[in-house]
Amino acid sequence: MKKTGAQILVESLLAEGVDTIFGYPGGQALPIYDALYDADIRHILTRHEQGAAHAADGYARASGKPGVCLATSGPGATNLVTGIANAYMDSIPLVAITGQVPTSMLGRDSFQEADITGITLPITKHNYLVKDVNDLAKIVREAFYIATTGRPGPVLIDMPRDVSAGETDYTDPGPVHLPGYDIKKDPDPEQVARAVRAIEEAERPVIYAGGGVINANAHVELLKFAEMLLAPVATTLMGLGGFPGNHPLSVGMLGMHGSKYANYAVSECDLLIGVGVRFDDRVTSKLEAFAPNATVVHIDIDPAEIGKNVGVDIPVVGDVRATLRELAGRLQPRLASRWRDKIQTWKKEYPIEFEENGRIKPQEVIREIYNATGGNARITTEVGQHQMWAAHYYTYTRPRTFISSGGLGTMGFGFPAAIGVQLACPGETVIDIAGDGSIQMNIQELATAVSHKLPVKIAILNNGFLGMVRQWQELFYNRRYSYTELDNPDFVKIAEAYGAVGIRVDKKSEVRPALDEALRVDKPVVLDFQIEREENVLPMVPPGEAINNMLG
Amino acid sequence: MRHTLAVLVENNPGVLARVAGLFSRRGFNIDSLAVGRTESPDVSRMTIVVEGDERVLEQVNKQLHKLVDVIKINDITADEYVDRELVLIKVNADPAQRGEVMQIADVFRARIVDLGRKTVTLECTGNDGKINAFEESLRPYGIKELVRTGKIAMLRGTKYTGLQENGD
Repeated sequence: MKKTGAQILVESLLAEGVDTIFGYPGGQALPIYDALYDADIRHILTRHEQGAAHAADGYARASGKPGVCLATSGPGATNLVTGIANAYMDSIPLVAITGQVPTSMLGRDSFQEADITGITLPITKHNYLVKDVNDLAKIVREAFYIATTGRPGPVLIDMPRDVSAGETDYTDPGPVHLPGYDIKKDPDPEQVARAVRAIEEAERPVIYAGGGVINANAHVELLKFAEMLLAPVATTLMGLGGFPGNHPLSVGMLGMHGSKYANYAVSECDLLIGVGVRFDDRVTSKLEAFAPNATVVHIDIDPAEIGKNVGVDIPVVGDVRATLRELAGRLQPRLASRWRDKIQTWKKEYPIEFEENGRIKPQEVIREIYNATGGNARITTEVGQHQMWAAHYYTYTRPRTFISSGGLGTMGFGFPAAIGVQLACPGETVIDIAGDGSIQMNIQELATAVSHKLPVKIAILNNGFLGMVRQWQELFYNRRYSYTELDNPDFVKIAEAYGAVGIRVDKKSEVRPALDEALRVDKPVVLDFQIEREENVLPMVPPGEAINNMLG
Repeated sequence: MRHTLAVLVENNPGVLARVAGLFSRRGFNIDSLAVGRTESPDVSRMTIVVEGDERVLEQVNKQLHKLVDVIKINDITADEYVDRELVLIKVNADPAQRGEVMQIADVFRARIVDLGRKTVTLECTGNDGKINAFEESLRPYGIKELVRTGKIAMLRGTKYTGLQENGD
């Protein structure tokens, strides 16, 4: 039977198990939108394409399934770029579909033409410009396969209008055949044996776990592995929730804003086991001084991560889950560890803490969010001080409950991501912890949340500053607050104008009641917490220093 | 150190941009890159000469592997191989100087491919060293124009960097 490219796209999406897509229509996407009109796919109309990309990203992070976003050509496509780059840096499976001018118009600077495959070359795992409707079904299948296997990442499919409107006989493309794409899931036995020997010999092992643990659904295996070794587990920002934060072996986050005890543990360990991590500069700071006395084992599915930033003694390339299982199967559990005991004393000696006073402290707001939700919410964040406080003062015990822009550091991510999370997890409490700066980068998505009746909560830690930049200006630029002070709108009125609920909180005593009220309302709620203006995120490793040399 | 990579890629549009973009954004230095089709119509072969230490080369290799269109990479630097490059040089030579230029061409087994009123255009193939020496010998006459293809290379003997497994 003859079908149009757009109909084939819809069928292919259904065949991949897609039930929700996030998008924004436009001229060159008209055939696709026409096919979506009566398709059995839920389409969420965002108010900006960037919102669609982040929402698809949030959906993917919360559900573990690929997120799908859709935009028209030209500006629609370029508005997806930040969202695609964000997913690329954090290895999130995302399929982005864009309309494009007809093939006959390509390369002529046509109206709303942008070379989106060229633009997204460095920020996609792979991308396609479909030039023949007969290739479409095969390309969609490959795109989902590439996005979700190995180290996940975004894949873009650019569909010229004559391809989406063109007709052909639809046949199932069959299994994917890509000669240049192979994934090594099972680790090399020789490398596993070397890792086992190093673990057996180590007295002071530390596990450094990242987003790869969550991507590989390896949290159960990680827990078992850590308990066998009695090794402290430090997670990256991306790894939060991959290991229960309330577990005695958890030392929280490491790196620039890590806990002192996590950074001390890494600095003094004799064996560092990196699990699904990439030795990012926000973790390692001064490279020469990172884990200076340690043998380094690095487990990752992406061979290119091994040795990219630091020299690795024992590389283990493979799926994190399969590898941890393999390792655990060959190790004897430790019964006692003086190293663990030492870390327990550090934990008591150097807790992450803040000073309370009469005003609302941001840390306190996060702690109250934790208390009010019983730690059972899905938290998203924007980027800045509030993000670090959300990492420090809320304890994440399950994977996919802390959703944040790690690698790219995208302000404006958290709220649209929360919309995606809420759709992936209906019935759960989803809270975007935001700053007064970042929330304004995608605040238009309030319309999306209201019209789709998504009861997402936004907790704005409002200090009237771009707080993290201000903190750096205070510490390293002589308090010259260059363009970091914000004149903010009335967030309550904004919420109300969109049909959401707005609550302003000026007093310490109002924090918890306001949170309880927000959780009770089955609507989007904007909470505007007027917090201490010049609070700093501590502890902190000053730029270029070793990670055990911390301020605060 | 200079490395010579034989890279087999899918003959898809944009594959050259993917490879070139990867080198530039990761800060790898390309000395030369030559690309053309192979015995199979779906597959192109790139010969890339890249400068870098072991660590850089390892990253070049691994990052190239991540490109979906890259099928196979062979660093043939340490193997026995034949390499060739072709150069076209247009050099100043009025009729009085032509004899000398032709003698030089003879020494390098270069061919004259065009004669102008005041210029001679020569073609020469060989490895890096030979091409460089040829260029230096002609420099005193005044080189008007020069173009090099970049190196292509192939393993000697029965070994090959094709798609099938090696025979030996």
